[in-house]
Amino acid sequence: MGRLSVSLCGIELDNPVIAASGTFGYGAEFAELYDINCLGAFSLKGTTLEPRFGNPGPRIAETPAGMLNAVGLQNPGVRAVIAQELPRLSRFCHKKVIANVSGFSIEEYARVSQLLDSQDQVGWLEINISCPNVHGGGMSFGTDPQAAAAVTRAVRAVTKKPLILKLSPNVTDIVSIARACEDAGADAVSLINTLMGMRIDLRTRRPVLANTTGGLSGPAVFPVALRMVWQVSRAVQIPVVGLGGVQSAENVLEMLMAGATAVQVGAANLTDPFICPKIIAALPEVMDRYGIRSLSELTGGTF
Amino acid sequence: MLTEGLFTIAENTPLTPRVSRLRLLGDASAIDGPGQFVQIRIPGFSLRRPFSVGSKEQDSLTVCYQAVGTGTETLRGLPPGEQLDLLTGLGNCFDLSRAGQRPLLIGGGTGASPLLYLAKELISREIQAQVLLGFGTREDVFLLDEFQALGLSPIVTTADGSFGIPGLVTDAMVREHSFFYACGPLPMLRAVSRKSPVGGQMSLEARMGCGFGACMGCTIRTSRGPKRVCREGPVFDKEELLWED
Repeated sequence: MGRLSVSLCGIELDNPVIAASGTFGYGAEFAELYDINCLGAFSLKGTTLEPRFGNPGPRIAETPAGMLNAVGLQNPGVRAVIAQELPRLSRFCHKKVIANVSGFSIEEYARVSQLLDSQDQVGWLEINISCPNVHGGGMSFGTDPQAAAAVTRAVRAVTKKPLILKLSPNVTDIVSIARACEDAGADAVSLINTLMGMRIDLRTRRPVLANTTGGLSGPAVFPVALRMVWQVSRAVQIPVVGLGGVQSAENVLEMLMAGATAVQVGAANLTDPFICPKIIAALPEVMDRYGIRSLSELTGGTF
Repeated sequence: MLTEGLFTIAENTPLTPRVSRLRLLGDASAIDGPGQFVQIRIPGFSLRRPFSVGSKEQDSLTVCYQAVGTGTETLRGLPPGEQLDLLTGLGNCFDLSRAGQRPLLIGGGTGASPLLYLAKELISREIQAQVLLGFGTREDVFLLDEFQALGLSPIVTTADGSFGIPGLVTDAMVREHSFFYACGPLPMLRAVSRKSPVGGQMSLEARMGCGFGACMGCTIRTSRGPKRVCREGPVFDKEELLWED
């Protein structure tokens, strides 16, 4: 074990930095820029059973210290991911990746998970029950403990791969959702997905986003994410993957100290495509500064 | 090929009440040709802003931009000497091989800017383009001298008739052209596309997140399936565009 390595559901990561779903495509754009095997892992673009165009534009809006997106799960569908994206990925990435599964019904979550279960390069399934930008699916499963548990059970029944339930912050009590997922067989939870927000264009008097609302991400949400990671990690036994506004090695350490086992980097990839390797390269020096010999010291939180 | 680099502002000058020219010193070698764009990180803003490349030398590049919001207004206030973080080499290029002997370049407003770069590249291939530029009013007209310095004689239209031919670019479109290249507002592109009897390419604008194909923020439907304006574009073939938005 290197000083940066951590273990996530029995799979060792060289470092805790995971590129978050929806900010990294299926890896190809970033593999042109750097060797993405330097990452701990990355989470594939949210994948549904059928191809989806997503929402009309504009899908993106500026916010103070962050951004709103309402992409709406654009993806080529799970069959194309298996037929094209994963074979292409295997040419430039030899590590296990996280497949992010989205859906509009419990059956869809289970079917997509079942199809991805056969893929060797998929190390974990991350079940997205928290997308705020689609209607009749996504987040509606992540805002009610019973619905979250039902999705978890259905997916659990079709795969042996580690299951990570990706949780929404747009709830009154995220701890109750996390506990429901744990009780239903989740191996980990990742949090937080984006916070629902909106902007209005003063000239048109209309929302900036065609979808009216979108998901807020970026450094603005980091303290909220950190608080929720801390709350959930104290309440469950399974590992917590922390994400939300992470943009530096210092932020990674804060997440681990709050109780995260690994950390995802999302929006920062979009404004600095080299942010993940920069964070990984900076970690040893920042750890030295705070007297951390090995990240495993921090696992489970420090207070 | 996307490259990140620091550039120094050499010039940030208003050309019209709304449009400014930004000349940046730094390694511009990642820019392959006209049509491509750069993403500029403006201090104090989360998302970078995309701008078409207006000209490029080995160690400098120029963009012309319109102040349309707080980001570009902040950019307009930055003095020479200030450093900016850029992503360069983004997007595709106009396909010069399709120009034929007498291509028509049509620019609306700031859309004129990438066409100056295109006109220069065409001249280096011994192709003299016809240039047609449309503006709102006399004081909006810019880059006319630069096109003339290349030996070209742009036709100019203004919507209010205060300069050149009164009306829109479609009112002044010459019939005889081998191909067209256009950049400007969507309604202009749609009208030009319908009026021209020949093939063409158009550079689209979009509200972008990343600018390099990761976020799916700028996807449009085309006749060849969903495409990202930042990655498969910003230059699209006439036949691809569906004009549904």
